[in-house]
Amino acid sequence: MKLSKYFSKAALLAGSVLFSATLHAADTIKVGVLHSLSGTMAISETTLKDTVLMMVEEQNKKGGLLGKKLEPVVVDPASNWPLFAEKTRELLTQDEVDVIFGCWTSVSRKSVLPVIEELNGLLFYPVQYEGEESSKNVFYTGAAPNQQAIPAVDYLMNDLEVERWVLAGTDYVYPRTTNKILEAYLVAKGVDEKDIMINYTPFGHSDWQSIVSEIKKFGSAGKKTAVVSTINGDANVPFYKELGNQGISAEDIPVVAFSVGEEELSGLDTKPLVGHLAAWNYFQSVESDENEAFIAQWKAFIGDDERVTNDPMEATYIGFNMWVKAVEKAGTTDVDAVEQAMIGISTPNLTGGVATMNKAHHLSKPVLIGEIQEDGQFEVVWETDGLVDGDAWSDFLPGSKDIIADWTAPINCGNYNTVTKTCSGQNM
Amino acid sequence: MTGRFNQAIETARCTGRWQALLLCMALLLLPYSVWAADLDSALAALAGASLSKVPAILEEVEAVGGEAAVPAFTAMLEGDLYYRRSDKRVVRAVRDDAGQYQLSDPLSGASLGASEKSALRKVKVSNRVRIHLRGAIARLTLSSEDPRQRLRAAQNLLERPDEDNLPLLRAAIETETDPDVVELLQTALALNLLQTSGDSEARLGAVETVAGSLQPAVRNQLQSMVQRDDDGNYGEEDAAVREAAQRALVTIDSRISFYGSLETVFFGLSLGSVLLLAALGLAITFGVMGVINMAHGELIMLGAYTTYMVQVLLPQHIEYSLFIAVPAAFVVSGLVGVLIERSVIRFLHGRPLETLLATFGISLILQQAVRTIFSPLNRQVFTPDWMSGSLQINSVFSLTYNRLYVFLFALVVFFVLQLVLNRTSLGLNVRAVSQNRSMARAIGVRADWVDALTFGLGSGIAGIAGVALSQLTNVGPNLGQAYIIDSFMVVVFGGVGNLWGTLVGALSLGVVNKFLEPVTGAVLAKILVLVFIILFIQKRPRGLFPQKGRAAE
Repeated sequence: MKLSKYFSKAALLAGSVLFSATLHAADTIKVGVLHSLSGTMAISETTLKDTVLMMVEEQNKKGGLLGKKLEPVVVDPASNWPLFAEKTRELLTQDEVDVIFGCWTSVSRKSVLPVIEELNGLLFYPVQYEGEESSKNVFYTGAAPNQQAIPAVDYLMNDLEVERWVLAGTDYVYPRTTNKILEAYLVAKGVDEKDIMINYTPFGHSDWQSIVSEIKKFGSAGKKTAVVSTINGDANVPFYKELGNQGISAEDIPVVAFSVGEEELSGLDTKPLVGHLAAWNYFQSVESDENEAFIAQWKAFIGDDERVTNDPMEATYIGFNMWVKAVEKAGTTDVDAVEQAMIGISTPNLTGGVATMNKAHHLSKPVLIGEIQEDGQFEVVWETDGLVDGDAWSDFLPGSKDIIADWTAPINCGNYNTVTKTCSGQNM
Repeated sequence: MTGRFNQAIETARCTGRWQALLLCMALLLLPYSVWAADLDSALAALAGASLSKVPAILEEVEAVGGEAAVPAFTAMLEGDLYYRRSDKRVVRAVRDDAGQYQLSDPLSGASLGASEKSALRKVKVSNRVRIHLRGAIARLTLSSEDPRQRLRAAQNLLERPDEDNLPLLRAAIETETDPDVVELLQTALALNLLQTSGDSEARLGAVETVAGSLQPAVRNQLQSMVQRDDDGNYGEEDAAVREAAQRALVTIDSRISFYGSLETVFFGLSLGSVLLLAALGLAITFGVMGVINMAHGELIMLGAYTTYMVQVLLPQHIEYSLFIAVPAAFVVSGLVGVLIERSVIRFLHGRPLETLLATFGISLILQQAVRTIFSPLNRQVFTPDWMSGSLQINSVFSLTYNRLYVFLFALVVFFVLQLVLNRTSLGLNVRAVSQNRSMARAIGVRADWVDALTFGLGSGIAGIAGVALSQLTNVGPNLGQAYIIDSFMVVVFGGVGNLWGTLVGALSLGVVNKFLEPVTGAVLAKILVLVFIILFIQKRPRGLFPQKGRAAE
C-alpha cells in the first residue's frame, strides 16, 4: 500500500530526527536567554540577548565548556511580566537549560523569582536595581543601590558641595525604593527635609514645563542644587530638552541620572544634555585593554561600527565569565554545585579591575561618575578609590538595617536578621 | 622699546626709506608677536591636560592673553576646542556637512585646513571648568563693545559674587552707558556692600538700590538678613535696615508670585494648545463625521515621522525643515486618511462598534509598519535654533520659544480650519453631509467624495499636529498612543461637532491640569482631570457646547 509506505517512511524520518535531537542535547550545555525582543523593553533588552549570543559563540570557539558545546536557547517574553514566569518555566522544564541570562525591569525579575526558586534554576540578572532582595537561585551582576545611587550622592555632596536635592523619578518600584533609601541617607547626613524635593511622573511623561520650572525655583534659593534622576526610558529626552530651553545648564543645576547610558544616548540630540552626569560601573570611554578588546569584538559581532556598549552589557559579560569559571571549578552544571562554586569567584571586569562574587550573590564593582559629552559618550570625572562591595539589604532603611544575605553555611539565608538571629524565608 | 624704536629710526636714516618702513613695522609688531607666542604656549598646555590641571592653565591663559583669549574660551565652552594628536597643536574644530572637521586657530580664527576626527583629541571640559570659563569670559568681556556680551558678563558676575571682582565692577560702572547693564552692575555692587560693609547707613542705601530687583541673588541676600541664625541672631543687626529689607522682600515676593501664576497660565495654555492640535483632526473625523477613528494617534505619528524624513532628506536646511514638513505631513497623513476611508471606513457606515474595531486594527498595522521600516527605536528630530531657548521677560519669568510657537501655531491651524469649514464650498458640503446625509445627496452633493475629503482633511490636520509634537516629545512608534485618549477626552468634553468647544475644552483642560500639578503631582493631576470629565459628562452628556436643534439628532 502506498499510504502505509508513506507512514513508515515518515515514522522513520521522525524517529531519526528525534534520535539526533536527543543525541544533540546530551552533547551540549544549554544556555537560556530570557530577554524581551518585542514590546517597550525591546530597545534595551535586545542588546543583552546579542551580548549573550556573542559570549556563547566565543566560548564555543575556545572549545566549549567541560568538553561540550554551548547551545543558546532564546525565548521572547515580549515585555509582558507574567509571560516572563511562563517562559522561565518553559526554559527549565521543556528545554532543560542549565543557566538563564535574563530580565531587565525589576517587575520582570519579581515575576521570574517564584518559578526559578520552585524549579531550582539559575538566573543571572545584569541590571542595576533597588536591592532588598537576595535569592539562592539568582546572581545579581548589576549594581545594588550602594554601588550606584549612594556614591553618586556622595560625589555631589563632597565634590560639588550640593546642599539642596531634587529626587525626580518615574512612578514605579525602582525609583520609589531608591528614593526612599536616598532620602534616609540624606537625612542621616544632616540634610534638612526642607532641602529635599521629591517628584514622581508617569512613564513616558512629556510635558515637563511646570516640573522644570519648580526645580528652577527650588534651585534659586542660594544653595547649590542638584537633581538625582531615576527618570526612566524616553521621558528623559523631553526632560533634558526642557531644562535646556528654560536656561538651566549643568553648571547651575547638574542632573545625575541612573538610567541614562550610551545606548539611550545613541541617536539622540545630545546638545541639551552636555555636562549632565550619570553614575554607572562602566562607561564605553574607559580606557583598558579588556574594554578595547570587548568593544572591538562587539562591533565585529554586530557588524555595525556605530554600535555602543553599556553598563548592563558589562554586567552580562562578567556574569557569563563567572558562570563559565564556576562550572569549570565545580566540574558539572548542576545548579547546587555551581551556586556554591560561584561564591568567591573572580573575573576581570572591563574597567581594568577584578569583580568578585560575594556571599550575598552580589558583585564588587568600581563606581564611576561621567559627564555627558556631545558625541554621546561619557567623560569620567570621578571614581571610587577601590571596589565597592554590593549590599543586598540597604543599611539606610529602618526595615532592612539589620538584615544580611549570606549563602554559605552556617547561615545559608537571603534574609537573615543579625539581631534576632533568624532567617525569615528567602526574600520577604 | 622706545630705545629700539629710536634705533630703528636711526637705521631708517641710514638706509633707504622702503626698508626702514618694513623694519619699523616689524619692530612695532615684535611685542605683539612675543605676547601672542606667550598666549599660544600658555594655551598649548591644554593639550592632553588632565581635568584637575585645566583651571590653573586657564588662569595662566587669562593672565597672559586678556581679552584676546576670549575666542578660545568661548570655543572651549562650546566644546569645539581640540588638539591635533600629531603635533599637540590646540585648534578649534567644527564638523562640516561632509563629516570632516574644519580646523582653525582658536585665537585668530585663521583656517588650518580640514582633518579626520581620529586625528583629533578633545580638550577635556567638565562642569567645574565650564564655570571657570564663564567667569573668565565675564571678567574679560565686561568692557566689550557688544552690549549683549556686557549684559551677560554682568549677569554672571552678579550670580557668582566674588570679592576679587569688586575693582572690576567699580571700573566698569564708571564707563558703562547701557541702562540694563548699569542696573545689574549696581545691584551686584549693592549686594557686595550688604555682605561686607560695616556702615548701616550704607547698607540701608544698598537695600534701597536692590529693592526693585527680581534677581534670585537679591532675594536670597535679603532673606538671609531678616532670618535668625541658629543662635537666634538676625543676619542684619541694625533694626532699621532689617525693616527696609523686610519691606523689599514683601514687594519682591508678591511680584514673584504674580509672575508665578502668569507662568502657570502660560504652561496651561501651552499644554492646552498641544491637546488642541491633537484633538482638532479628531474633532472633524469624530465630531463632524461621527467616525470613531482609533488610528487617529497613528496619523499624528505619521506626521512626526514625515518631519524626520524631511530632515533626513534635507540635512543642510534644519532651520527651515518645519516649514517644509507642515505641508508634507498634511499630504502624507491626509492621503493615508483618504486611503483608510476608501478601503475600510466607507463599508462600515453607521456601525460604530465595527468602525472602532477596524480602526484599532489599522492603528496596530500602522505602528508595526513604522517599527519595521524605521526600527522600534525613537528617531532623532532636530530642533531648529529659532525654536530653542526662551524669551526672557525678567529673571523670574520666561517663555520657552518652542511652546510659544506651538501655541501660536495651534491657533493659526484652528482659525484656518474654521475658515475652510465656514467659507469654502468644501466646508459647505461637509456641513451639509454631516447634518443630513440623504438630503444632501438629494440635492446633488457627492456624499462619498465629501466623506473621503473630510476624513482626509481631519487626518491631514493630525499630521500637522505630528510636526508640532515632534518638537516637544519623542518621535517613536508609540507616539500616537500617548495622545489618542487625550484627543477623545477633549472632543467629548468640548462637545461633539463643535470646533469652538474643542478650543475651549483643550485650553481649559490644559490650564486646570497645570494648576493642579504643583499641588497634587503630575500623576494625580491627570487622574483628577479624568475623574472631573467623567462627572461632567454624567451631568452634561453632550459636552460644553452641545449642538442644538435638529442637527443634534
